[in-house]
Amino acid sequence: MRLRQAIAVLALAGVFVSLYLWLHKLGVIGVLQCGTGGCDTVQASRYADFLGLPVALYGVVGYGVLFAVSLGAVQQAHAPRRRLDTVLAVLASLGFAFTLYLTGVELFVIHAICRWCVASAVIITAIAVLSLLQLRRRP
Amino acid sequence: MRGFYILLAAVGIGGAAWLVYAARPKPAERPAPTTPVPAAPASGFTGYTLGSDSAPVHITVYSDFQCPYCASFVTVQMPEVRAQLINTGKVQFRFRPFPLPSHQHSQIAALAAECAGEQGKFWEMHDQLFYNQNQWAQTRNPSGKFRDFARTIGLDSERYDACIDSKRYAGRVEESRQEGIAAGVDATPKFYFDGGRFNGFPTSDLFKTVVDSMIMVKVRKR
Repeated sequence: MRLRQAIAVLALAGVFVSLYLWLHKLGVIGVLQCGTGGCDTVQASRYADFLGLPVALYGVVGYGVLFAVSLGAVQQAHAPRRRLDTVLAVLASLGFAFTLYLTGVELFVIHAICRWCVASAVIITAIAVLSLLQLRRRP
Repeated sequence: MRGFYILLAAVGIGGAAWLVYAARPKPAERPAPTTPVPAAPASGFTGYTLGSDSAPVHITVYSDFQCPYCASFVTVQMPEVRAQLINTGKVQFRFRPFPLPSHQHSQIAALAAECAGEQGKFWEMHDQLFYNQNQWAQTRNPSGKFRDFARTIGLDSERYDACIDSKRYAGRVEESRQEGIAAGVDATPKFYFDGGRFNGFPTSDLFKTVVDSMIMVKVRKR
């Protein structure tokens, strides 16, 4: 149960990080707080969109779904349901794979690092590890 | 379980508060300049323009030479804007420098453009700065690169260097920035059509649609 709770907290933090980047993309937030200065470069690159939608929007939706599922999973009534652990592990693995691709693009194509993208990468990596640990637990 | 919900609430409230703080309007954000800014010439200079004074629609952009979105607009959209709107006499396009405090080389880039303008080559330097932004934006000191741009567009190097060293257009750039702040500029690039703020995503297609509709309204009013 602790692992599911940790996933829920991390997913909620991920929602806010990606929401921040999405609001910036929409023009609601003017200047990104970015010490390296690479955030603007990354956000203005063509890789900031994926299949016609902002990458940050995928983050908002992805973390939102992870948060909803994990919040459901922490309820006592759902405690024995292993299927929720499988769903969490699959979602987190997909998010982790997408993050690997985006980080590769930052490092080897754009040559700029956005600290908010790094924050999101750390969050999704932690969620992926926790969800796999939860999946390996015996019922 | 109670501790979990308290932690969740803390993250939720903290995150929401942070987003509200980040989205607050900050029209006057700008640290005090570290070097004295020469007095503005107060010459009534209102920016370099492209297109005819008699064009029916006037677009003003507040832009930052180090801003990637501004570079993206200039390299991707501006050629179409020039071809479809400026060269056809529909629009006069005015550039106003708006160096953002988060970009450390914006100020010197704006001065480089003004010094090129002194020799009649503002737009050539404007294009050099934006098209080659990735060559200087992340460097420690872009002055040498700007000097290369000056040579490339055929400026008199000695006059250019003297102009940069004197910072004589710092006042003019500051005037432009203050004008932008008064107009409500909070991010770059920010466009104004006949003085009205444009809030859409700046694409040449959307610009053409807006300009054509503005011209149609003006024709009907006659």
